[in-house]
Amino acid sequence: MVLGNYKSAVAARSTDKGILSASQDGGIVTQLFAFALDEGIIDGAIVAGPGAEPWMPEPVVATTKAELLAARGTRYTISPNMALIKEATRSYGLDKVGIVGTPCQMQGLRKAQLYPIGMRDVPDKIALAIGIFCMENFPYQGLETMVEDHCTVKMESAVKMDIGKGKFSVYTERGGLSQIPLKLTHKYEQPGCHVCLDYVSNLADVSTGSVGTPDGWSTVFVRTKVGDGVWARAVDAGCFETKPIEEVKPGLELVTKLATDKITKNQKTVEARASFGVKADGSGKALRNPYL
Amino acid sequence: MPAEKAIPVAKPASKPGDVKIEQKLEGVIQEEKPVANKITVGHVHMSGCTGCLVSLADNYEGLFKILDDYADLVYALTLVDVRHVPEMDVALVEGSVCIQDEMAVEEIKETRRKAKVVVALGACASYGNITRFCRGGQWNQPQHESYLPIGDIIDVDVTLPGCPPGPQSIRNVCVMAYLLLQGTDEQKALAAAYLTPLMNLAKRGTEACGCDLMYDVINQGLCMGCGTCAATCPVRAITMVYGKPQVDRDLCIKCGACYAQCPRSFFNFDVINEFESITELIGAAMGQGGE
Repeated sequence: MVLGNYKSAVAARSTDKGILSASQDGGIVTQLFAFALDEGIIDGAIVAGPGAEPWMPEPVVATTKAELLAARGTRYTISPNMALIKEATRSYGLDKVGIVGTPCQMQGLRKAQLYPIGMRDVPDKIALAIGIFCMENFPYQGLETMVEDHCTVKMESAVKMDIGKGKFSVYTERGGLSQIPLKLTHKYEQPGCHVCLDYVSNLADVSTGSVGTPDGWSTVFVRTKVGDGVWARAVDAGCFETKPIEEVKPGLELVTKLATDKITKNQKTVEARASFGVKADGSGKALRNPYL
Repeated sequence: MPAEKAIPVAKPASKPGDVKIEQKLEGVIQEEKPVANKITVGHVHMSGCTGCLVSLADNYEGLFKILDDYADLVYALTLVDVRHVPEMDVALVEGSVCIQDEMAVEEIKETRRKAKVVVALGACASYGNITRFCRGGQWNQPQHESYLPIGDIIDVDVTLPGCPPGPQSIRNVCVMAYLLLQGTDEQKALAAAYLTPLMNLAKRGTEACGCDLMYDVINQGLCMGCGTCAATCPVRAITMVYGKPQVDRDLCIKCGACYAQCPRSFFNFDVINEFESITELIGAAMGQGGE
């Protein structure tokens, strides 16, 4: 269950060269939202658009393909996409909302649908939730330190950042590549990520990420009836090139391994919180556990 | 001589001929086909604004479906001519309690005695909300200065915050309360699991504020910057700064929505992992059929 419920898993990439030109991997999120916009499956999507500082994402409601394209590429820092989920149904006037997010944002979304405490009209207006794989995230200042101090690259000069094969990599506009071992980045991780028990966005309609497939391709899990319907239509329309996940290297085996590693490690952190402090009788005094 | 007193003209013995009586209603009209095993629900109005009741009504035909198939509304001063708090399976209580208002105090105590399940409906009943700021001094009851969430006067079973609570959340609680009291064993288990976090909120206490995000999420090392709190705040008191909530506490009205909606306050995997089937179940209960 470390990979969640899913109906199918494939390796895929967009057939749109324009999308692939600046996508992080296979362009799955951008392509699927673009297709869903064209087909009227959604009338807008909350994505991580460009922000006020270099490599700082800003959640935006994209209603055009141009806005979707501007949101391509991974920004390894926090983009609070859920902050727009109600507004998308208010001043933006959307009836069919798309949203992309990390596993925790998919969790926030599904909680808002089942327990819509201050979320009037949100539950019924979610049309397509795309989740991305996420091992951990970094505060902006942490990312800045990793890029500028450890990798000695100016934030403005970076054109792509990537975490893979045990390294944090920064590609520059003039063709340079600067890498540091992931070990050096651990202390900059967002602490709230250490209690996260989801790697591959188990609660999304469709989830996608880099791990498991070759460069330029993405691993895709199709999870819900909604996701299944949209994905099948997009594939039929020729939006994606796909391969059975069994035929690509390293495949689901690596995804499963990384998911298991993340969950095992973070489950330990969650358990350690139960006796983080000391009570008068010497027994452990707990930090709060959101899962109880 | 004093002026003669005007003598009232005697009422006509019979109604004037231009008044036509088309139909005479007699007794209580029974439902043609009463649905068995409905639960009884009441709406108890304390110091609230009726916005929570409007929120229930904003389920539109969904409310009619609930009243047709699952629940009889046995008490609601806004909607039903029943003057005194009757026995109820579920009491949806909105508003806080003015402890200088004897009748209000009596009514909330009566509600607890008469109801199997007491739901604090909305932020005022749950946490005091805007009535936290009351301090008396206004005509014509300047001494009406102290307001408490109902949980400070009676035991509350389920807390459903929000100002107002979303219509869909009230609908979900009504459907789950029905399943809890009248469902199959499997449905009872699901309903209990669904309501558990809202029962835990009731046990957690009667204080709420944007500060909860600090005390119980950020300070506890649990915030991951998803932004849900900013979306749910009814007064836009929360902005996300470098990926973390920044609460403008002079804007905050202490409704408790941000903490309750935060996926790091409660996150019950057993229920939320089943979001697809539970959404379908509620849809089916509301007569929305399959896809």
